Amino acid sequence: MFRYYLKLGFLSIRANPLLSTLMVAAIAIGIGACMTIVTVRHVMSGNPIEHKNDVLYHVQVDNWNPDDAYQDPDLPPEQMTYMDARALHDAGRAFRQTTSFMSARVIQPEGEDARPFQQESRATTADFFPMFDVPFLYGAGWDRSADETEERVIVIGRELNEKLFGGEDSVGRTLRLNDETYRVTGVMDTWNPVPKFYDLNNNPYDEPAQLFFPFSVAVAGSFDNTGNTSCWKPVEEGAGREGFLASECIWIQMWVELQSPDEKQAYMSFLDAYVEEQKLLGRFPRPLNNRLNNPAEWMEDRDVVDDDVNVLLGMAVLFLVVCLLNTIGLLLAKATRRARDTSLRRALGASRAELFRQHIIEAGMIGVAGGLLGIAMTWLGLRGIENVFIEYDFIEHLVRMDWSMVMLAVVLAILSALCAALYPTWRTCNITPATQLRLQ
Amino acid sequence: MELGPIWRAMLQHKGGFLLIALQIAVTMAIMVNAVAIIQERSVKMARPSGIDEANTFSLLSIGFKPDLDERSLIEEDLDLLRKVPGVANAVATNSFPLRQGGWSESLHREPGVGKSVSSSAIYFVDEHGLDTFALNLIDGKNFSPEEVSWDSDTTDPWPATVVITQALGEHLFPDHEGSYVGKTFYFNDDNPANVIGVVERLQAPWANWSGVERSMLVPLSRESDFVRYVVRTEPGRRDELMSEIEELLSQSSKDRIIRSVDTVEKARQRSYLGDAAMIKILTFVVSLLTVITGLGIVGLASFSVARRTRQIGIRRALGATRMGIIRYFMIENFIVSSIGVVTGGILAVALNIVMVQAFSLSPMSWYVIPAAMVILWVVGQIAVAGPAQRASNISPAIATRSV
Repeated sequence: MFRYYLKLGFLSIRANPLLSTLMVAAIAIGIGACMTIVTVRHVMSGNPIEHKNDVLYHVQVDNWNPDDAYQDPDLPPEQMTYMDARALHDAGRAFRQTTSFMSARVIQPEGEDARPFQQESRATTADFFPMFDVPFLYGAGWDRSADETEERVIVIGRELNEKLFGGEDSVGRTLRLNDETYRVTGVMDTWNPVPKFYDLNNNPYDEPAQLFFPFSVAVAGSFDNTGNTSCWKPVEEGAGREGFLASECIWIQMWVELQSPDEKQAYMSFLDAYVEEQKLLGRFPRPLNNRLNNPAEWMEDRDVVDDDVNVLLGMAVLFLVVCLLNTIGLLLAKATRRARDTSLRRALGASRAELFRQHIIEAGMIGVAGGLLGIAMTWLGLRGIENVFIEYDFIEHLVRMDWSMVMLAVVLAILSALCAALYPTWRTCNITPATQLRLQ
Repeated sequence: MELGPIWRAMLQHKGGFLLIALQIAVTMAIMVNAVAIIQERSVKMARPSGIDEANTFSLLSIGFKPDLDERSLIEEDLDLLRKVPGVANAVATNSFPLRQGGWSESLHREPGVGKSVSSSAIYFVDEHGLDTFALNLIDGKNFSPEEVSWDSDTTDPWPATVVITQALGEHLFPDHEGSYVGKTFYFNDDNPANVIGVVERLQAPWANWSGVERSMLVPLSRESDFVRYVVRTEPGRRDELMSEIEELLSQSSKDRIIRSVDTVEKARQRSYLGDAAMIKILTFVVSLLTVITGLGIVGLASFSVARRTRQIGIRRALGATRMGIIRYFMIENFIVSSIGVVTGGILAVALNIVMVQAFSLSPMSWYVIPAAMVILWVVGQIAVAGPAQRASNISPAIATRSV
């Protein structure tokens, strides 16, 4: 029977090409609008480090102003002071730990006419690379010992390696940054977590830096922090760089890797003990407020999805509703037009259930067609979004459809078509046999 | 008129008409709220930054030699820049309005660490800052050259004199009437600042910050290898001077690189890109939606005409004029649209309340609702005109045939 109904559905769709096209188009446009925004939102709220979500934790301690929470309601600062970052890192209580900040260096390529250029970079520690599963094309990150000895080593990105070394294996080669010589220990493969979970402060959708060097080297060399610095308490006057490092200004991000809930528990106790100890020294005037957030919690906390996207999502869902109302109207029109057929079938003995099945299958077919066309519409919609945001380099990462989105588009289209078909089909099934035949 | 019979006839086919009315209602809810957002964003984008945007550009000088004499390089650069023919003025500063990155400080009315009462963007400038930004000084005076000090790190005490914006004055001293000149406030715990001048307007670098109108000029030159110059040119000469000055500074010292040579207009575009995009997307959505709803009306009206062919023929045979038939469908559509727009008005207000609460949008202006009503009435009448025209062409003779 199913195949017979498929055939009937196909014939019926072909018999009313205009109505059928309108229905498919209405569903496709509604699905297209909805899925465009859903796709962007899906990518924006994605978790690029999901496979390590239960072992990675962002560390926060609350060293802020006793009279003024860093952010209401009583949230601790999102970054850390140098004193705390250094102490917690050097304590080494986690399986892995890393502290980092955004910086910039001027690269001086070899050769007389090569012009020096500025490179966005990140000061971090050895554990950064294994913790975040950074892929390497050549070599690897530096050893923990390089952090301790302030060795001038760097990891560069694939693109930068193309630019400087023509894409060769450059491990062991040297590079001049601000008149100092550094040795390459590794070349990263393409690595582009979206959002850039490990540092959500500036633009969470920007690409990662192409240049990494040890945190200790950057601090010793007074490299500028190009990310955010916030202070609630003035830095001691005349104390210079030392004074800044000893201040309550926050500018460093810290992550730890803890392999089990027990380890997490232990680390939390360690943090509490650390803060209590600092309180005795007159620091940390606020109540104990330490946080360990996994990447998913941290991104949720920091609201990485823009409000505008949520507004658009609401609009898109309503848009789909309008398209469905349209489809219901068209289906009703079609059902009325076929009332005589239906009446005849009922008179010849088809049960209501059979009629229902027949019409629902037909609606499902329209849904599939609408879904497939809807995928094309979504693609168009995403190109539109890309075009509107063309000034942002990172937009290309947000407008990609993956298979889960394609599947969702089809499923949503079929469900929409079935929902739209319910009322018209119910009306059809209630047609009394023979009444429609009287006119004949 | 024929309202009574038309209404009773419509009741016979409630389903289809209800659907159209509902569709019009939801369309209207989306339309009204989209327009409210578009209006809000347009107002936001139209705010002036306070500086001469059309003739101003900025560039970065980044020194990379460890033994660089930063202070004399900055002094030489500024000397050089201010002498270039066509340059109105230039200043070394940390940021400028619309740049999206800058320095902010919390401010206190009393000395001592406590709850801050306000916060403000900080622009470090010398005595040329006011003129380079082309600000409108409405009270007090500019810094004298003696008031500008050099600072090798951020740790030294800040100068005691500042020029603030009118909006910052109002926020810091809400109960004060009259001039803000001579008032004192504190950075951090005990760093006093004395207001010597007030400018009408100077936006903070962050267009999306709620306190965007609060900023101040601090007479401090910072000794750093990372310097931002802001240059204002004579009207119309910005573009030619941009490349000329980039070349000039690149040649003057090999110990630094020049980058990010960019106009303030470009910065404005980047600052408001999200808002501009929102306006474009919503305009597109509303237009598409109106078209779809229009097509829905056309579809259902055509269907309704087809179904009533015989009935229309009979009416024509009984003496109804063509105009009478057209009027019938027009009135029918008007009734449906009216039900739709009234329901839509209620839906729109409800949706707006939800959005105001969830996304902190500002409430819409009242006149958007009647405007949307009129638009949807007109769209409905246009959509139904075609099918009504066709209905009026049905020959009276059709009544004699069985269909």
